[in-house]
Amino acid sequence: MSADVTKTPSSAPTRGPRELIFETGSPAARCFELPPLDVPEVGAEALAGQARTSAPALPHVTEVEIARHYHHLATMNFGVDSGPYPLGSCTMKYNPRVNEDACRLEGFAGLHPYQPLSTAQGALELMVSLADALAEVSGLPAVTLQPAAGAHGELTALLTFRAYHVANGDARKRVVIPDSAHGTNPATVSMCGYDVVTIPSNERGGVDMDALRAALDTDVAAFMLTNPNTLGLFDENIAEITEMVHAVGALAYCDGANMNAIMGKARPGDMGFDALHINLHKTFSTPHGGGGPGAGPVCVTGALAKFLPGPLPVRLGDGSFSLVWPERSIGRVRSSFGNFGVLVRAYAYVLALGGDGLRAASEQAVLSANYLKERLKGAYPLPYDRTCMHEFVLSGGKLRKEHGVHTLDVAKRLLDYGFHPPTIYFPQIVDEAIMIEPTETEGLADLDRFADAMIAIAAEAVSDPDLLHGAPYTTPVRRLDEARAVKQPDLRWRPAAGE
Amino acid sequence: MRFSPASCDDRATMLAAVGASSIDDLFAAIPEPVRLGRPLDLPDGVGELEVVRTLRGLAGRTTPATSLVSFAGAGCYDHYVPSIVDHILRRPEFFTAYTPYQPEVSQGTLQNIYEFQSMICELTGMDVANASMYDGATAFVEAALMAARVTKRSHVVVAGSVHPEWRVVLDTYASSGAITVATCPVTDGVTAAASLASMVDAQTAAVLVASPNFLGHIEDLAAIGDVAHAAGALFVAAVNPALSGVLEPPSVFGADIVVGEGQPLGSSMSFGGPGLGFFACKDAYLRQLPGRVVGRTLDVDGRGAFVLTMQTREQHIRRERATSNICSNHALNALAAAVYLSAVGAEGLAEVGRSSIAKAHYLHDALVASGLFEEVWKAPYAHEFALRYTGDVQDMQDALLERGYLAGVDLGLVDPGLDGLVLFACTEKRTRDEIDSFVREVVSL
Repeated sequence: MSADVTKTPSSAPTRGPRELIFETGSPAARCFELPPLDVPEVGAEALAGQARTSAPALPHVTEVEIARHYHHLATMNFGVDSGPYPLGSCTMKYNPRVNEDACRLEGFAGLHPYQPLSTAQGALELMVSLADALAEVSGLPAVTLQPAAGAHGELTALLTFRAYHVANGDARKRVVIPDSAHGTNPATVSMCGYDVVTIPSNERGGVDMDALRAALDTDVAAFMLTNPNTLGLFDENIAEITEMVHAVGALAYCDGANMNAIMGKARPGDMGFDALHINLHKTFSTPHGGGGPGAGPVCVTGALAKFLPGPLPVRLGDGSFSLVWPERSIGRVRSSFGNFGVLVRAYAYVLALGGDGLRAASEQAVLSANYLKERLKGAYPLPYDRTCMHEFVLSGGKLRKEHGVHTLDVAKRLLDYGFHPPTIYFPQIVDEAIMIEPTETEGLADLDRFADAMIAIAAEAVSDPDLLHGAPYTTPVRRLDEARAVKQPDLRWRPAAGE
Repeated sequence: MRFSPASCDDRATMLAAVGASSIDDLFAAIPEPVRLGRPLDLPDGVGELEVVRTLRGLAGRTTPATSLVSFAGAGCYDHYVPSIVDHILRRPEFFTAYTPYQPEVSQGTLQNIYEFQSMICELTGMDVANASMYDGATAFVEAALMAARVTKRSHVVVAGSVHPEWRVVLDTYASSGAITVATCPVTDGVTAAASLASMVDAQTAAVLVASPNFLGHIEDLAAIGDVAHAAGALFVAAVNPALSGVLEPPSVFGADIVVGEGQPLGSSMSFGGPGLGFFACKDAYLRQLPGRVVGRTLDVDGRGAFVLTMQTREQHIRRERATSNICSNHALNALAAAVYLSAVGAEGLAEVGRSSIAKAHYLHDALVASGLFEEVWKAPYAHEFALRYTGDVQDMQDALLERGYLAGVDLGLVDPGLDGLVLFACTEKRTRDEIDSFVREVVSL
């Protein structure tokens, strides 16, 4: 296969950089005009002496120039539609198009957050139905849909934990986290006013039970765990872990980044977790949007329900829908009710798959990951060689030691083969980590093409390491000078003097 | 299976390759007691036709503001969105991509964010902006937290005229103990510099204000900024970007950090989310900025290109010492804002602001002239204002709803202290005919 991938592309030429939208068009160009003002104009004197004196320098472009500019930008992007996107921990599954239509229905997109609830019953019903579905999938009965992202869900849950402990007259100081955790976990702990205690993983990639036991005492507010963890491994001691946490009066938090492995197979509530966030943009296929918006609903036990942020959508006895405030709510973590447009997409996904479909999605995601793992573990060392869940982590350490080729080089070379690279250098406990999550929406042919490419690249690393050091060759731009970006920050366009 | 190309044969091939006799073998690591030994209690999956039927049914059980003549604002506004905006948002290269960690194949997202940052700087008068945040409320809170880091002080003073929901979000984040919050009382619909001055001292990290404020009034930003700076505190101003073509940017009044809700720039109301938090500040505070930032650099061939930068501030590098736990942005809403601002341009944005303000003033005067509404405060306002209704607000709104009008926001439901007041907003979408008809209907009640 490597013979087909040359340094210079032969067909389908990629497009290089484009000028900024500020540098497009001409001074008189416009694309938007309002009808003539049909009421008396309000003079600048009505604006408390704050009328703007110099206009912001915005682009001067016509509609066709806008269309071509953003079309060009789009062609420089790689999305799930562009090809396999096995980005570990991110669950880059296909995004059904009907979801995009659903969230744009005027009955959803045109709703104002303060319109009377009698005029928003269908939207409230959707939120209640989605929350019910998430409660069933998680095994945790109370749900807030408010958080805007996974990290925001973590923050919501830890503030809820804090309120629970405070209500018990129990000021606690620390949160325990394994060394394999996402960076958002410790960052969230700090934002919530707790100190972080990091514990190591054991030789099987799970929680080191002795280290956990040693870290737990009555000053510990919570233990945060991703399960399956960031190595893609299900922690076999999970029931004992949550029991130990509860024994010192602490709460157990599940980072739900990896829910795509276990839907309909096992539930965090049944494992003894007190709270979980679910990344709807991962597991429930609402798109990632190039970085957002997503949504990070939080599911909690009945004991924690009264502390959740409000208001919560509820179904009343008469079948109508309303909003209520939990009795001892922590407050709000954002405006309004959540990223409603994202919630609509997630509910469309739940409807399409149903209970069996969600389980089947997880099963296929796990099967695909194990298949890829078997195909690749000969070419790249697999530090934790066990049956994995929906993802697995290879090491590029051998290539570095023997051939001076880094995981970064492998990732960049994959771009030339037409694949988005896996997550790299995470988790940090694996040397030169390569974290691969194919998801259920890659077919066998694409899994094989990806495996072939990875194996071919491992061979290239031996035969021609410099080929990899220079990769990629076929992308719209090539490797970037990231140090320059930091040393000489250029974070915005500025108009030329006099413009 | 829906959305999975793997056939039964493929699955058999894959199972054989991994040496498993069944799918369940792969889940053997899950201990028996925590396995779900039953199907999920959810309805069976259905085809797309039925998905559409169900969702259309739910959407049909709402009466969206956009189908009414709406005067509702209070932080979420029904501006016209040029058609080109949604056509670009629907490009799968944008909406199906992840965060641009691989810059070589993410130049579209990255260049857009760079252009978005530039536009936000132009609107706010600030030096730098980040790639966006969840919404205006969370950007506002992040500004308070950043001010605490910059000043190494932990107390903030927030104007009582800031959106009540934003203030609740601030209090919620503050429950961590990271900062303490005091609220400056509202005097005649605005923040009085004198009462503010009595609350600000050498312990104050920031003074936070919104202008126009929640009640629609334009605050005296110069006086408020002076109070903050006299105590060595940072001055944080929240603005409505739809008015940025008409009102001076807060930089003119010395603001250190400017934030706001970007929904008015090309995002639908969507029941209040997803919106767009924007965050801009002076150069001096760059290293304390929360969230993602895109910079321009060169590739190995010397071509200009864009990349996520200053990442040592962020959670995936710095972990518990990060400036924030945020690890995403609202990139798609930022794209909407950038396309919107490109479409309207500076002139169009000023027209949107002027038109919205003119219509709000026309409505205000007509409602007061009707004798049914009373002016509460004399402070200058932009495209939103509160009046006291002489009758029962709920009855009035219900009656007008039946006639096709969303008669503003009942402030008593937002803040019990504002009972009897109605907050009205206008955008450029309202017409003189609609406003005249609305006032006639109010009078005829």
